[in-house]
Amino acid sequence: MSATQPNSRALGALGVGAAAAGRATRLRLRGPGLQRLISPVVLLILWQLIHVFNLVSVKKLPPPTTVLSTAWNLITTNEPAYGTLQGALGASLERMVIGFALGAGVALILALVSGLSRWGENTFDPILQMIRTVPLFGLVPVFIVWFGIGELPKILLIALAALIPLYLNAFAGIRGVDHRLWELADVLGLSRSERLRHVILPGALPQTLVGLRLSLGTAWLALVVAEQVNTNAGLGYMINQATQFLSNNVIFVALAVYTILGLATDWLVRLLERRALAWRRGLLT
Amino acid sequence: MSATTQAPVVRAEHLGRSFGDRAVLQDLNLEIADGEIVALIGRSGSGKSTLLRALAGLDKGVSGSATVEGQFGIAFQDARLIPWRSVLDNVRLGLRAADSTKAARAALAEVGLEAHTDAWPSTLSGGEAQRVSLARALAREPRLLLLDEPFGALDALTRITMHELVLRLWQRHHPAILLVTHDVDEALALADRVLVLGSGRIAHESAIALERPRHRDHPELVELRSRLLSELGVSL
Ligand SMILES: Nc1ncnc2c1ncn2[C@@H]1O[C@H](COP(=O)(O)OP(=O)(O)O)[C@@H](O)[C@H]1O
Ligand SMILES: [Mg+2]
Repeated sequence: MSATQPNSRALGALGVGAAAAGRATRLRLRGPGLQRLISPVVLLILWQLIHVFNLVSVKKLPPPTTVLSTAWNLITTNEPAYGTLQGALGASLERMVIGFALGAGVALILALVSGLSRWGENTFDPILQMIRTVPLFGLVPVFIVWFGIGELPKILLIALAALIPLYLNAFAGIRGVDHRLWELADVLGLSRSERLRHVILPGALPQTLVGLRLSLGTAWLALVVAEQVNTNAGLGYMINQATQFLSNNVIFVALAVYTILGLATDWLVRLLERRALAWRRGLLT
Repeated sequence: MSATTQAPVVRAEHLGRSFGDRAVLQDLNLEIADGEIVALIGRSGSGKSTLLRALAGLDKGVSGSATVEGQFGIAFQDARLIPWRSVLDNVRLGLRAADSTKAARAALAEVGLEAHTDAWPSTLSGGEAQRVSLARALAREPRLLLLDEPFGALDALTRITMHELVLRLWQRHHPAILLVTHDVDEALALADRVLVLGSGRIAHESAIALERPRHRDHPELVELRSRLLSELGVSL
């Protein structure tokens, strides 16, 4: 009990991912938000300039304008070899949503059980710590042997990829809630549900959101890997087909879509962070 | 104070607490009467917080008996507000009053913070955070207030304002107060009785019958000050 004033601020900073705090603040500032767009745009221009000056073969690296026009073709015409871009996107998104929801749901339930009880920790934590050390993508052949080549192994791989980082961070978040607040809850005579709602869950939220961001990252990777194996729909299927037809343009379109999806979900989580962690910035909501 | 005519609010008998083989409290006895302000001073690490936690029932490892009559409220040295709840919610949480919002607002008004009800704790100054913490303790209409060095981290000026606030609240609600402090002057300004904690028990006890507010240069206080300081092992 030797915190310096203002103590509430010191309390708030405990058990909190520094990365999350930094991001949330940066997003608020409009100027720097725009500033962050400058370097990617410059990179795109340089990429285009490479081709203006014929520095690299168009076959190896298509310029951004070609990637865009290829994307437009894939959207407007249903090529027998590839299907449409929106069709592929839909198939990939469906896999991702189902797999991620499954993995994240299980992760949160297990983190709650392990975080709130010793027996829960002793039961589930060792298993998850073990799974954590298994190289995820080494499991792909095993999953195919076990679950065949349909949607199931793909969805399970994505779920597992989402599960581990979210579980680890949510669990650490719950256990990291300042013990002085647990004590306060005792003094105030809070009921079990009040304790959960007002102290534990909000206290674990910052670290859990860091976990959410990480798990989205690994889940997108898992999607890409899973889709390269025996698929007949989705962005990965499109890449496989394009490899056979040696169409680098289509591969780049698919990669660009993956990238945009990853950025979009990251942005969503940041938005969530901004709203949920408003108390850190001291602004009224 | 009529310390002997009524049942005490706090009665602790033969309290003991050890960490490892180090006895922090040892056969400690303490009574606090209704409405009495008791200051507890002692060197850092002498067990003041340990005693307070024992009285508040926060420490399962104490031996002996400690009974507290009725409701008690506690304020920690760190204001200990829940950072992700508004000031109002911090006071309201756990209140079992019929209209907890109204009770919480009233308590905040009493400490002069009605304008900050919707603020996040992180926007408060140190003194304001401590006032919220006081309001939270008061909203429970306690018969006993346990204050663990609540003003230790505040600047001298704010501390004096807080002393006035505590006295004002005490005059209105008349709870018994056990104020832990390392500041002898704080004890002299507020307390009916000053206890010195040493070697795990109450090593010294002085009553102060002077009216409040008190002038710090009052001869009785000057004498008591040097007395208490020498009890604390500070020679002048
Ligand atoms: N949970 C604990 N575990 C081990 N030692 C403790 C614990 N709590 C307090 N102590 C020790 O007990 C002694 C008294 O602590 P405390 O009551 O906090 O002193 P203070 O008078 O400064 O409030 C200190 O030496 C401290 O290190
Ligand atoms: Mg202490």
